[in-house]
Amino acid sequence: MKMSGAQMVCEALIAEGVTTVFGYPGGAIMNVYDAIYKQNGFEHILNRHEQAAVHAADGYARATGKVGVAMVTSGPGFTNAVTGLATAYMDSIPLVVISGQVPLSLIGTDGFQEVDAVGISRPCTKHNYLVDSIEDLPRILKEAFYIANSGRPGPVLVDIPKDITAEYGIFNYPSEVNIPTYRPSYKGNDRQIKKAVEAMLEAKKPLLYLGGGVVLGNASDLVREFTKLTQIPAVETLMARGVMGNENPLLLGMIGMHGNYSSNMAMSEADLIISLGARFDDRVTGKLSEFAKYAQIIHVDIDPANIGKLVDVDFPIVGDVSEVLHKMIPLLVGTVNPDRYQAWREILARYNELHPLSYNDSDEVIKPQWVIERIGKTLGENAIITSDVGQHQMWAAQFYPFDRPRQWINSGGLGTMGFGFPAALGAKRGIPEKTVINITGDGSILMNMQELVTAAEYKIPVINVILNNQFLGMVRQWQTFFYEKRYSETDLSFQPNFKALAEACGGIGYDVTTKKEFDDALKDAIKQDKVCFMNVAVNRFENVLPMVPAGGALYNMLLEHKDK
Amino acid sequence: MQEVRRVISAIVMNESSVLARVSGLFAGRGYNIESLTVAPIPNSDLSRITIVTKGNQRIIEQIIKQLNKLISTLKVIEHEEMVEKEMVLIKFPASEHLGDIQALCHTYNGGIVNAGENMIIAMAADESKRIEHFIEASQRYNPLEIVRGGIVAIER
Ligand SMILES: Cc1ncc(C[n+]2csc(CCOP(=O)(O)OP(=O)(O)O)c2C)c(N)n1
Repeated sequence: MKMSGAQMVCEALIAEGVTTVFGYPGGAIMNVYDAIYKQNGFEHILNRHEQAAVHAADGYARATGKVGVAMVTSGPGFTNAVTGLATAYMDSIPLVVISGQVPLSLIGTDGFQEVDAVGISRPCTKHNYLVDSIEDLPRILKEAFYIANSGRPGPVLVDIPKDITAEYGIFNYPSEVNIPTYRPSYKGNDRQIKKAVEAMLEAKKPLLYLGGGVVLGNASDLVREFTKLTQIPAVETLMARGVMGNENPLLLGMIGMHGNYSSNMAMSEADLIISLGARFDDRVTGKLSEFAKYAQIIHVDIDPANIGKLVDVDFPIVGDVSEVLHKMIPLLVGTVNPDRYQAWREILARYNELHPLSYNDSDEVIKPQWVIERIGKTLGENAIITSDVGQHQMWAAQFYPFDRPRQWINSGGLGTMGFGFPAALGAKRGIPEKTVINITGDGSILMNMQELVTAAEYKIPVINVILNNQFLGMVRQWQTFFYEKRYSETDLSFQPNFKALAEACGGIGYDVTTKKEFDDALKDAIKQDKVCFMNVAVNRFENVLPMVPAGGALYNMLLEHKDK
Repeated sequence: MQEVRRVISAIVMNESSVLARVSGLFAGRGYNIESLTVAPIPNSDLSRITIVTKGNQRIIEQIIKQLNKLISTLKVIEHEEMVEKEMVLIKFPASEHLGDIQALCHTYNGGIVNAGENMIIAMAADESKRIEHFIEASQRYNPLEIVRGGIVAIER
């Protein structure tokens, strides 16, 4: 069928089953927006900033497992989107971002709103395309979706010059892709899998180290089956919260810089690490030479480049976590003796009794951890929790009782402040039946607060719980610990009126200073079903603990902070 | 870990941005490039990029994996057994040493490729180490300009 390039974009999105596109128009993408106006296959949500549009598509993808789609114009529209691309890239989130570009004839002339989008985005996309002929457009769109959501997922940028969206051509959307240079491996090598299983049978202190790849690979059920069968204890990274389920007795907790004591000790003392979809990030490992130094390592990852990148691996297995577990579990049935690891589990239980994850609650002032526990008690598995970056993010990861994968959405790899609110919009659009709560800070929320307008316009009832410590809290914490309390540029005691801000944009605002007020506000916010800012005054100088100082060994945790 | 020198060939799609993808990868991840050559592979839509790099074993392994990971890469060859050649062009002032220069070039798989009224241009193609020797030996004939090419390699 003959149609314009702009129509092709719409038809391709519809063919890919896209129902929601987040974006922001401008000169170079106007042809596509004209085609959007004329179609009714998908809805378009006008975020109020391109960064937020990409984060919203990202939140949608993380919540649903489908490819998120965002659309931006050339030049500043694209550069605004870069943080969104980098955020998705670091956490391997499948996105297709479509950007307008100046006409082919203007490329290279410093034309109005021209910027080298493929050049800028190369290091923060899985792949990118500059379309230079209408004949290639259908194939490129097809490939973009395929590349984004296969192998190790990631964002793909398609940059389309304006003359190409205007031009007419034959639209023959391919049903299959054929990229001879791209063949991700899923299966996992049978011999390595067998050897890894033998190592598990011989280990005395095995530990499952679960990363975001388990969530991305939808392998949570299999992981639970594996642990039930073997009774091998597990730790989750920040990206894997929810995989084991909060009630699971084999879950030790989160590992890493703000991991709990038993998790970090387990990693330090294990004799076998079974790493599933994790990538040995520095925030997880601490000092590498001390990391898991008594352990052999089994590393299952779909990306071969992750294996052996930071630590030497004894059993490298390139493959999809689900497929590998499908092969491992039958080899363990009847051979594994869970009693073998009993003594190990007891040691870890004792570690947990010794230093459980905890905080000192107060009746005078609201503790941020209390707020998170309270939300957890009230909503439990009925909520999706998104987060920004800082102390609030770590407390949410530590104290929320996550029950399932995709319930916890945060920017782990890039640590992007401003991610939480737009990501929450995307998540809520993707999974409307769940309550979506963005746990944020008084610093982070301002970085995409314009999304109040988007949320109000499209009636996306996201609850923003602002843990307001009047500080850039996480940076303040480092200044307290490591910079002798020189609070350089972290004091946020000059504050906006958050309640009025929300109201000015068509949302609801709550000012909360007591526990009772919090309970009332939360109840009301759930009932009102409208976007809101809940401004919760919390203890200003609360610290996230335990903490492994950057570069320190995982077993050297600060468990408490004594004010000198 | 000990630093080693490696010659790596990447067979990639012959498309406009592919060299930027490869060189950007090296720059962004802090890998070292000693030499890089690109040329299309005849009768195909592929190019061969030959890179000489240095690093410890972990880095070399990462370079190979990261190159493989690029969507445009068909395969990556790390040469163990190979024939490796580099080319150099040297411009000399015209002089009575023409015969000596010619003889020198022959020793390094080369010859005189151009001669004018005031200058002669000599060429040699050989292993990198030997090219260095050639350049050294040519010093006594007062070279005006030296242009080295990158390394190309082929498996035995
Ligand atoms: C875009 C961006 N800029 C800067 C930082 C560095 N940073 C990390 S945490 C943090 C403080 C966040 O403050 P707030 O949102 O109030 O959260 P809190 O730590 O107080 O809970 C900053 C500035 C970042 N992660 N992202």
